[in-house]
Amino acid sequence: MKSRRLFAITCLVPAVLVVTAFFVIPAVMLLFIGAGKGPDGEAGLWRYLAVLTTERYRSAMVSTVILSLLVTAVTLVIGGISGVFLARNRFAGRGILVACLTFPLAFPGVVVGFMVIMLAGRLGLIASISVALGGDRLVFAYSMAGLFLGYLYFSIPRVLLTVMGVAEKLDGRLIEAARSLGAGPWAVQRDIVLPALAPAFVAAGSICFATSMGAFGTAFTLATRIDVLPMVIYQEFTESANIAMAAALSVMLGLVAWLILALARLNGGSSVAAAG
Amino acid sequence: MRRRLPFMLALSLTLLTAMFLVVPALMSMLAGVTSVYARGISSGLTTEWIIEVWRLYADTIWRSILIALLTLLATLLIGVPVAYAFVVNPSRFTRILDEIMTLPLAVPGLAVALAMLQLYGGFTDFRRSSLFIVAGHVVFTLPFMVRAVAATLSAVDIRTLEEGAASLGARPLRRFLDIVVPAAMPGILAGSLMVVTLSIGEFNLTWMLHTPLTKTLPVGLADSYASMRLEIASAYTLVFFIMIMPLLIAMQIAARANAGKEALP
Repeated sequence: MKSRRLFAITCLVPAVLVVTAFFVIPAVMLLFIGAGKGPDGEAGLWRYLAVLTTERYRSAMVSTVILSLLVTAVTLVIGGISGVFLARNRFAGRGILVACLTFPLAFPGVVVGFMVIMLAGRLGLIASISVALGGDRLVFAYSMAGLFLGYLYFSIPRVLLTVMGVAEKLDGRLIEAARSLGAGPWAVQRDIVLPALAPAFVAAGSICFATSMGAFGTAFTLATRIDVLPMVIYQEFTESANIAMAAALSVMLGLVAWLILALARLNGGSSVAAAG
Repeated sequence: MRRRLPFMLALSLTLLTAMFLVVPALMSMLAGVTSVYARGISSGLTTEWIIEVWRLYADTIWRSILIALLTLLATLLIGVPVAYAFVVNPSRFTRILDEIMTLPLAVPGLAVALAMLQLYGGFTDFRRSSLFIVAGHVVFTLPFMVRAVAATLSAVDIRTLEEGAASLGARPLRRFLDIVVPAAMPGILAGSLMVVTLSIGEFNLTWMLHTPLTKTLPVGLADSYASMRLEIASAYTLVFFIMIMPLLIAMQIAARANAGKEALP
């Protein structure tokens, strides 16, 4: 079996080369650029702290975190309720409903931004309805509220699929047992369904949060005047040509996203093991 | 009677959510074939905007297809062997490699693209070609291919199959081509559909990596959303929907076929 081991090791070579050349070396280089000389001629690790110390970056970080937390919370509520509902009920049209709720998975962020323009833009649905009702033309696609709608749009399908996947494996006998012991529908949800879904919520929530933190396409379409962190990084890079600052900020953004996912994996992993 | 109220509430929420996701997509499809969207359907239906999109952006559509196919080729050549090695010869090194390979999914695409630009910005010929975008897409989609293929290979117990072939005297490369690849086929198919769909829709990396001569479909979309009238932007989005719909349906069918196989003893 020695030849098999040798062959298996050879199988790793192309991947190691490609990942090293196009990810590892560039990423390490980015770390150094973030601490290197900027347009102001100053070098140093301080730039990594600028996200906390400089007012503009700090406020962008804070609003990005708040927006992402809000999106995650609302998505978990909607995705949780709808996911459990779809997993536990069979009715006519259910397949079409699931298809409607999951097809935006393949949309790039820019298209999601355009969907928000169709809803809340100047010629959007909400504007037409508000005019038809005799009010002012309601347009909020290019504000924080529009961004919030867009992030919900791409988050709901992911969370819904995760919750549905776990809820379908839920042991129906537990629920029957609880019911026959006199538990009402709310008590069943609170004491049986929610605890069983907790690991799925942690996993889906962390992915949702990390995706929202780094979302660039949707922000690019909608947030030309809103400072969310990915847009600030983009502006540093293009308009200010402050590559060192853009590098430091994107390293910090990447770090936050990665940490959230790693923490969730630790938690999700252990609770899954405990349940097993 | 006690179950009625929660059922109706959950159903209403689910229907509202589905409408939130579907209505804007339908509106945009409609806008793409409406003469003057501000005046509504009564202004007449037309293919004028789609023809205009083709005139303005056909190159981005072809380029996106080409980049997706090259990305697929690369992820197949690189990803299938790696998935095989992960399954038959797991070690501390393969775990670390797996971890590093999935890192580009956790880190925002913007950061990955910035890093690539810093290293390769100076290699002018490479930077200006579509291959630069392919490299970014490979880094981003490779983990999906590896996951899908490794899952299939673990499920079919590839070690035992291979030992049978080995005892008959087959060399490692022969075994890989004749035993491993056919056994991995459902995973390869699922992974391929995923890679192509992701590559065609990728924007976050591509926006940073593209040049005026290497615009892809999503880059063109962003361009049209910023500078074209709503009808053209909508018609272009419609073209995009038409391109990814078959991929999504194929993915559903492949997933269902795989689930069916797992259910068998």
